[in-house]
Amino acid sequence: MSEITSLNLVETRKLLSEKKASAAEVSAAYSQRIAVLDPKIESYLFVAQDQASENLTGSLGGIPIAHKDVFCTSGMPTTAASKILENYVPPFDATAVAKLKQAGSVILGKVNTDEFTMGASTETSAFKKTRNPWDLARVPGGSSGGSAAAVAADLCVFATATDTGGSIRQPSSFCGVTGLKPTYGRISRYGVISMASSLDTIGVITKSVADAAIALEILAGQDSKDATTGSAPVEKYSENLRTDLKGLKIGIPREYFVEGLDAGVEEVIRAAIDQLKKLGAEIVEISLPHTEFAVPTYYVVASSEISANMARFDGIRYGPTIKNEDAANLVEMYFENRTLGFGDEVKRRIMLGTFALSAGYADKFYKKALQVRTLIKKDFDDAFTGVDLIAAPVAPTTAFKLGEKIDDPVQMYLADIFTAPASLAGVPAISVPAGFSADLPVGLQLIAPQFAEAKLLAAAHAFQITTDFHLQKPTI
Amino acid sequence: MQITKDLVVKIAKLARIRLDDSETEKFTTQLGAIVGFIEKLNSVDTAGVAETNQVNGMENVLREDEIENFPKMNELIACSQHPLENNQIKIKKSI
Repeated sequence: MSEITSLNLVETRKLLSEKKASAAEVSAAYSQRIAVLDPKIESYLFVAQDQASENLTGSLGGIPIAHKDVFCTSGMPTTAASKILENYVPPFDATAVAKLKQAGSVILGKVNTDEFTMGASTETSAFKKTRNPWDLARVPGGSSGGSAAAVAADLCVFATATDTGGSIRQPSSFCGVTGLKPTYGRISRYGVISMASSLDTIGVITKSVADAAIALEILAGQDSKDATTGSAPVEKYSENLRTDLKGLKIGIPREYFVEGLDAGVEEVIRAAIDQLKKLGAEIVEISLPHTEFAVPTYYVVASSEISANMARFDGIRYGPTIKNEDAANLVEMYFENRTLGFGDEVKRRIMLGTFALSAGYADKFYKKALQVRTLIKKDFDDAFTGVDLIAAPVAPTTAFKLGEKIDDPVQMYLADIFTAPASLAGVPAISVPAGFSADLPVGLQLIAPQFAEAKLLAAAHAFQITTDFHLQKPTI
Repeated sequence: MQITKDLVVKIAKLARIRLDDSETEKFTTQLGAIVGFIEKLNSVDTAGVAETNQVNGMENVLREDEIENFPKMNELIACSQHPLENNQIKIKKSI
């Protein structure tokens, strides 16, 4: 059975189409593995029963997947890993979920995340601490730590995820899997619980770049329910993958190789850049001068949007709540529900955003951050006039230990130092396994211009099929 | 700038979050460190720089103004744990 679960999407589709296994057998193999291994990994918040289908007609017919627990799934709990949404069962599917269902996928369950996706370690989840499959004493990264750990431990074929400041790429780097954050607006956000609306991006965590290309073909496109979805045509990403990088110019931003970048990580990234060169790419040094301002900009913009988005969670329409008769008045009821329902990181960000938008401070902080965001986006626009892609580290370190950064918000925020810039610019980026430092995975980040996912995936695939880091599996 | 306990108490009230004394203390220290960190933005010259609210170029996305009923109204309001009456959620008087 472990042979079935070690297969990626492309291989599982082949297994099913050649009738070497039935969809029921594939689903059962994953369900069994979840039952045996997830008590160690703690990636699932909800495991669905008997979801297998023999309908193999769609492009994902019979493929078992997991959804990050911010994707609304009709009839299945959707908690955002928060007490304030405990027991919430939405009566509708997110557009992304509906599209994957229509393609024939089978939902194995819902996977853990930082509460409302706010975090870089999945430790702010109100329900579980997910472990890194490569070292159970370490975090899987976050916020899509449940998705990354489940894919790395072969507990699903692939998983949906969201990335607001690095939440797909950083856990993918930490867990040694492939994580695609497309262009802002490439995939509909409808039905995905919002954190910061101008940054939230839907994507996938997969076992290979080719898998991500297939998933993106299904997920991408305009949606009348999300007015920010882009009108650029959806390409045949999986048919345009490449095996070399001839004719491509790849920029290496000097601001990403600074103090704070772990020496072991740098070594892996430098070797990966050599590999890109061997594949025919021309490597040039570039500058993204406002990189150091990305994290502070991100935390002002994101927290401001969070303080507005979180206002809807008042305990009235969903979630546990105190009874009407137990509150003196409506406002007291809001106070009570929010105080009990939100964890510390959510409270911290709501307060930071409330502060940044409050009278007397809005110009100094919020407006200023929106202006710096313009400069950060311009850095990328300028860079892409000279190069096709950018290559960089995903995160300054490998996976850190559970508890190591949880009491120091600024240190935790700095985990986003190399991922927040692409989020602010809305450009697509991918993390691909590029090697190991002290037995822990390290991801290479490739970044492309907006809506150039075809080029991004083609290059990432060329790197991946000429290396074997993505094929290595943790011993659990 | 200095983040004081009084400011944290004021912000928490605006955000409809209740803090006890030890939480006020903790958040004052943490928000102070975070604000110190984001004040780094003051060193960037942004004179004449426009603000960016939307990054992918979509603007004024319009559609026909047609009413579409949510098909599962009953299931939706049943997500509330408060009593329901006439397809509405019954809560405390607001004024």
